[in-house]
Amino acid sequence: MNHDDNAPVVALTRAARHFGPVKALDGVSLSVAPGDCLGLVGHNGAGKSTLVNLINGTFGPSAGEVTFPGGAEGVRSVFQELSLCPNLTVAENLRIAHPNLKGFGWRRAARAEIRESLDRVFPGHGIDPDAEVDSLSIAQRQMVEIAIGFAPRGGRARLVILDEPTSSLDAGIAEQLLSHVTGFCAAGGAVIFISHMLGEVFAVASRIVVLKDGRVVADRPADDFTRSGLVDAMGHVATEAVAQQAARSEPGAVVIHTPNGLEARQGEVVGLSGLAGHGQAAELARLYFSQTSDWRAGRAAQAVFVAGDRPRDGVLPLWSILRNISISVLPRDAKRGLVDRAAESRLAQEWKARIGIRTDDLDNPILSLSGGNQQKVLFARALASDAAVVVMDDPMRGVDVGTKQDVYAMIRAEAAKGRTFLWYSTETEEVCQCDRVFVFRNGAISAELTGAEITEERILEASFEMQEAS
Amino acid sequence: MSGFAKPWLWAWIAAGAAFAATLGLTAGRGAGELAYAAMSFGAFAAIVGMGQMLVITLGPGNVDLSIPACMTLAGTLALKVMGSDPGTAWLGLAVALATGLGVGLANFALIWLLRLPPIIATLAASLIYQSLAIWSNRGLRIKPPEGLADFATGRMLGVPNVAWVALLLALATWVMLERSVWGRWLLASGQNLRAARLAGVPVQAVRAATYVAVAVFAALAGYLLASFSGGAALNMGAEYLLMSIAVVVIGGSSIAGGNSNVPGVLGAALFMFLVVSMLNSYGAGAGVKSVLTGAIIIAIVIAASARRSRP
Amino acid sequence: MLSKYRILLPVVSLAVLLALTFWMQPRAMSYFGLNLLFNLAVPIALATIAQMLIIMVNDIDLSLGAFVSLVACVTATYLNDTPALGLLILVALVLGYAAMGAVIHVLDLPAIVVTLGMSFVWGGLALFILPTPGGAAPGWLRAVMTVKPPLMPMAVVAAIVIAAVTHLLVIRSGIGTVLRGVGGNARSIARAGWNVAQLKALAYGLAGLFGVLAGMALVGLTTSADANIALRYTLLSIAGVILGGGEFIGGKVSPVGAVIGALTLTLAASFLSFLRLSPDWQIGAQGAILILVLTARLLFSRRGAAA
Repeated sequence: MNHDDNAPVVALTRAARHFGPVKALDGVSLSVAPGDCLGLVGHNGAGKSTLVNLINGTFGPSAGEVTFPGGAEGVRSVFQELSLCPNLTVAENLRIAHPNLKGFGWRRAARAEIRESLDRVFPGHGIDPDAEVDSLSIAQRQMVEIAIGFAPRGGRARLVILDEPTSSLDAGIAEQLLSHVTGFCAAGGAVIFISHMLGEVFAVASRIVVLKDGRVVADRPADDFTRSGLVDAMGHVATEAVAQQAARSEPGAVVIHTPNGLEARQGEVVGLSGLAGHGQAAELARLYFSQTSDWRAGRAAQAVFVAGDRPRDGVLPLWSILRNISISVLPRDAKRGLVDRAAESRLAQEWKARIGIRTDDLDNPILSLSGGNQQKVLFARALASDAAVVVMDDPMRGVDVGTKQDVYAMIRAEAAKGRTFLWYSTETEEVCQCDRVFVFRNGAISAELTGAEITEERILEASFEMQEAS
Repeated sequence: MSGFAKPWLWAWIAAGAAFAATLGLTAGRGAGELAYAAMSFGAFAAIVGMGQMLVITLGPGNVDLSIPACMTLAGTLALKVMGSDPGTAWLGLAVALATGLGVGLANFALIWLLRLPPIIATLAASLIYQSLAIWSNRGLRIKPPEGLADFATGRMLGVPNVAWVALLLALATWVMLERSVWGRWLLASGQNLRAARLAGVPVQAVRAATYVAVAVFAALAGYLLASFSGGAALNMGAEYLLMSIAVVVIGGSSIAGGNSNVPGVLGAALFMFLVVSMLNSYGAGAGVKSVLTGAIIIAIVIAASARRSRP
Repeated sequence: MLSKYRILLPVVSLAVLLALTFWMQPRAMSYFGLNLLFNLAVPIALATIAQMLIIMVNDIDLSLGAFVSLVACVTATYLNDTPALGLLILVALVLGYAAMGAVIHVLDLPAIVVTLGMSFVWGGLALFILPTPGGAAPGWLRAVMTVKPPLMPMAVVAAIVIAAVTHLLVIRSGIGTVLRGVGGNARSIARAGWNVAQLKALAYGLAGLFGVLAGMALVGLTTSADANIALRYTLLSIAGVILGGGEFIGGKVSPVGAVIGALTLTLAASFLSFLRLSPDWQIGAQGAILILVLTARLLFSRRGAAA
């Protein structure tokens, strides 16, 4: 028990964080006191990760302040992406997080500490402290990270931030974690619990904070929420999206069918939805790789890919805008293996006009463009080809509203000409424009919706686990 | 391309400065001889350097350490086949190029089939090529056919023939990189292999072709060097391992890949020879020459990284 | 579990090679024979450890051979003639290595190019000190390298000591663990509050220290030095690390494996000479052995991944 029991562990006062023009967090006031278990929920891009990063000090606020009345020590984060050193053992990873563990016999101490912490959180875990992290399953690695978060490490944990801690744990182990969190808070610890499993949030949280568009839209004791009320609070106001679903041609033959059950017909716009990181991107990448070759590139590609993670999957950073647009169609327009530069330049000019790339000169480096305009370049790259299948991996990140409308129209027009679109999006509004939607959860398809079934409610319902955590 | 610095210019300026500094000492005497020597010796460094540049363009981790062994092997095999008989120069060239093709395919097979890191694959394979060269070279000291030797040491319009060869090759490489689809594919793969693959580039084919290209370039350099110096020697390629990497870096290509620079390699190849001549004419010992060479390489890398992080 | 696979392969390859050698040349199975077989292994093992420390933090050192040559030249001249000055130079060299590591990290430079440049610098300094082969090993160093311990020859004892010490340093000690963590996930190390630049400097400094020991050991064996005496150590040491089960990225290294890898490389040369293989093919056979073992490693890692 702390001495100043009532002082909050962390308090945010009108804290904001901007990334360029994007307001990831827009004036959030929030405090977490000892004994609190705060459930933090919100849809993709609501600002959850930004909030976590402000609290754990990855970056500071653009405005407002973040204070720790009792000092910042004892504030731990368990990250969603795994942050262990895979080449070290479980006990050695504790050593990384606990620099004061020194001297002869540190290994024994580390082993004892991590074993004790694992035993406390996950009784009967069966994890050997001397096992190399590489050799553990994803679930075991997540358990180790959580155990390191709760381990004393020379002091004691006062606030533990758990970001989707159960995403790779099975139900029984998740239940162990929930009961440990409950006990930890009852003993005066504080937890921020972020999860897409609403049942879990209700099971542990004493208070629930709902984030939407970088703001807190609800902050009430958990008992004051109902499930449907919570979903409503997270969702957008219903848009007029449904109205646009006129003028669609009849879909043709099935052109795509994956072992996972994903199916698409000629001329169809197929949406992939669900919360980020539930296997949609991996499914699309697999699909694309199976349609194209490492060794040959014919004059006309079967499929093209529009990346959403631009630095990783899309942009060729050393090149000009022009070269970034033309890379996928070079073989088609080439003469005797040489690039037809006149045709290349014509094509780029045409797409610059059609999709509205804001630049004076297509020879400018691609990185001189804003994120949204870079994204347009990637669209142009794909749409300029003749490929029958266009695979889009959340391609609208950082694109402004006007452009989005233009691109939607373009996609519709191209689909009407017989192209097939597979479109993963984290924005439900976009998915609602599709002819058919597959909702993913935990790497598998949890629902297939068509026509009038495609509504925000249905998609949210299928994205979140509604059952009680058992 | 506007907005881009011209990194190749620096290599040429440095080469010019070294040239001037050397002549400054002799008050301009021997300019012709110095230029001839620089272009002759620079030609070999330029040819292997361009090959190494193509591989380094493929991105981090890609480098060919078998260049010296490939040069030696191609040189010895070619000379052995020619056996000093007149009129066999083309046959020898064909043998040398075929050797390069074989070496390149073998290297890539190790990299691709056994998933070995390129450094270790080309290193291990180079030991085998070296043995092949020793075996085929045993005790024989074969002179190149007279016509070929005359060609390799001769000059045309005042420029050494080997320099013409290097220039032609540079032109071809430049056209390949800047104008052809393959060049675009290579540059794209080096910037971001995954993004290139997702843009439809057949990345494995590009990698294979590149490893073959570097070996063929090295083989050609070996053939010319053996003809130039009156016979193949087992250690004739030794100095070209570090040299090939150094001229790529000094020439302004990025070691991180995706960016290559043909004129820069040519300038750097001249510079590497001229800086040594300059230090020679100023009476510097071998030690000082080497230290300064190293210091220059590091200074250029630091300057390049400063340029990279400025925007 | 994977780390145990990692050490298995080098042990098996060394055992197989050793068995083949004894089978072909039973007389090698003696105190004197072993000494002859592994005579040159000590400096190679030390150099391999140095390379391993660099590879551990995801870099590679192309200057190691030149550095070891430079140390050999310093040892055969200054350390012999004016021990205090010689020692001072060697300490400065180690600090130079540490500084190189810090600069590479802070300026985010490609290690392969910086060390390439440094290889010219070290080589030049070596030529400067010893323009022609010569110098002499300090008497005490000569005595250490030729001592005849009971039971096992010097080379074997030294290899065991090197393996044990570096195992304690890199695998068992706390700081060694953090250093391996830098290779495994530098971001998480930084997030836990460590100064990665300092850690890299430490790794490079340790590599410099082992490079110095390698050069000294080499002079102790050869009694004189020249500026090119150890140039081949660059590639030998890289091969030794990989043979020893190390990987170029991810901080997956094994000091015991690296020492065994160095012994295997040394033994391969001796083995091939016993084989009465034509000298033409000796180098090539080394390359073939290297490829063979690495292929075996591929099978092992597939097995490990499947298990």
